[in-house]
Amino acid sequence: MSPMLHSILAFVQTWWVELLCAVLIVLVVPLAASYIVLVERKVMADMQARLGPMRVGPHGLLQPIADALKLLIKEDLIPDNADQFIFWLAPVLSMTAVLTSMGAVAIGPWFQVARDINIGLLFVVGVGALGPFGIVLGGWASNNHYSIIGALRSTAQLISYETAAGFALVSGFLLAGTLNVRAIVETQRTDQAWYVFLAPVGFFTYLIASIAETNRVPFDLPEAESELVAGYMTEYSGFRWSLYFLAEYANMIVVASVGTTLFLGGWLRPFSNVRWLAGLDAAPTLLLAAGGAYCVFRAGKQPARVQSMFMWAVAFGCFVVAVIFTLALPFSHLPLERMHDGLYGAFWFLLKVSAYIYIFMWLRFTLPRFRFDQLMRLGWHILIPLALVNVADVGIALALSSEFGINRWVAMVITTAATLGAAMLLLHWNDKYSAAASAALLADSSIAEDTHAG
Amino acid sequence: MLDSVIFYFFAGIAVVSAALMVTRRNAIHSAIFLITTLLATAGIFLQLRAEFLFISQIILYVGGIMVLFIFVIMLVRLDVPLPQIRSRTQKWIALLVALAVGLEAGVVIWLARKVPGQGLLIPNAAPADKLQPNTEELAKALFGTYLLPFEIASVLLLVAMVGAVVMAKKRTDA
Repeated sequence: MSPMLHSILAFVQTWWVELLCAVLIVLVVPLAASYIVLVERKVMADMQARLGPMRVGPHGLLQPIADALKLLIKEDLIPDNADQFIFWLAPVLSMTAVLTSMGAVAIGPWFQVARDINIGLLFVVGVGALGPFGIVLGGWASNNHYSIIGALRSTAQLISYETAAGFALVSGFLLAGTLNVRAIVETQRTDQAWYVFLAPVGFFTYLIASIAETNRVPFDLPEAESELVAGYMTEYSGFRWSLYFLAEYANMIVVASVGTTLFLGGWLRPFSNVRWLAGLDAAPTLLLAAGGAYCVFRAGKQPARVQSMFMWAVAFGCFVVAVIFTLALPFSHLPLERMHDGLYGAFWFLLKVSAYIYIFMWLRFTLPRFRFDQLMRLGWHILIPLALVNVADVGIALALSSEFGINRWVAMVITTAATLGAAMLLLHWNDKYSAAASAALLADSSIAEDTHAG
Repeated sequence: MLDSVIFYFFAGIAVVSAALMVTRRNAIHSAIFLITTLLATAGIFLQLRAEFLFISQIILYVGGIMVLFIFVIMLVRLDVPLPQIRSRTQKWIALLVALAVGLEAGVVIWLARKVPGQGLLIPNAAPADKLQPNTEELAKALFGTYLLPFEIASVLLLVAMVGAVVMAKKRTDA
């Protein structure tokens, strides 16, 4: 056997768990992303008092698969004057960046591809930051005005809000004292507090910035359909278009995972230190059993036999997973506790990520879109200064508690109040500034005409 | 074995795409090959277990500076070929610089061969099974041992930034 093949075999033998996790991520994340689309349509329908997709499968459960099939067999167009190579490369780049950055995300204590990397969360954020290249290059390669305006908007927006998001993350990193994903979650266990409570300003800054980074309403100017057709995706169709689309939704999963890991306690159960709340461990079983029971209840009411069969199948799946959770429960103090921790950790992590993504959807169907100058002003005049002040204040609070022995919670409350005071001042100045700015804007007749036209 | 394979893989990508970056006519293509070079260099950092350098290379150069480069390139009209600047002395200056760089590289390689046990062409990597406290070590060095140079450098950068803003502002007012 050649030494090359031998070393590859040794590599596989050492790292087979990680390789398996990687394959699972590549398989499951796009599927999850397409189901998030279905959930989003269902949530939208619910908020608008309609039913949403109901035709494909019971309650539209197979809709994502039908959509994917449709997109796969659609004609794949490349405009004549497009830059062929970059047009091909751009969506692939977006998707690759997102999937790679998922590699360092810890879904539960054991399910993680890159386990002991020192930079941990920074890897997720940094590699995820390569996604904008796909957007910019795709917009440029399309050779279309709408595309390039969308791409320019998205670049400007991403650069602005990435700074704010970065500083918001720094405030969390300061509290954790490490970048390693698992160490961050473990320090939240030993600190007995999720960092959203210790650094609330940091969390909300990150929440807003992460919505902007995923190009979602109210920050979806790169693809504002009333102005730019579809922004950078205008010339894309078929499979390439679906790659962009999947990358966008998968990116939601990534930013939600980062927010969950750093601020919402990762895979920790709520009140993981409180012994008498251990009953919360029954939550996954109960939730899944309730879901299964609902499916059984609905199965009889399906119009077609195939549909009720499918409903039974979903119910069966729910019950099986519920049974697995129940069986893993007694292992919490046995040698098999890894299985228990992994299962329950994954459940809580995914629940928190879902809640985070639900906030995205909720905002999407509640808020109107920003104007571009408003977006830039919010980013540069409010969020970035606020995040900077917050980093300084979190640092001061940590110094107060470690050097002067002041209770950490007291220190945090004081500095958060200081940060909020700074936020008030920023808003006040910004109001004054924006009044002057819009007066200047109106004085310029050409721009005034433009705004009337728009 | 695997280490050197990974090293030559990334090094090859870096060198080839650097050459392509210089020779492309289309500025966006050049930018893409520059990104590839930077990513390959980041890969070499990672192969050396310098994780923090790897990610700062990606965040700063690829995620930050190159996005701005492409942003600027897209705003410039590319269908109008730029007038080529040619001067007689340019050729000679280029030759001189190339010779100097080549000489420097040669000297470094020659010196490294004289040190026993210190491979230069294939860098010695830290053991893979150990978690390298990269970030902590860098922070200690920057904020402890080299605090003053670090602060001076950051003030210098701040001055440069303020200067750039002031210069840009003056131009719009005029």
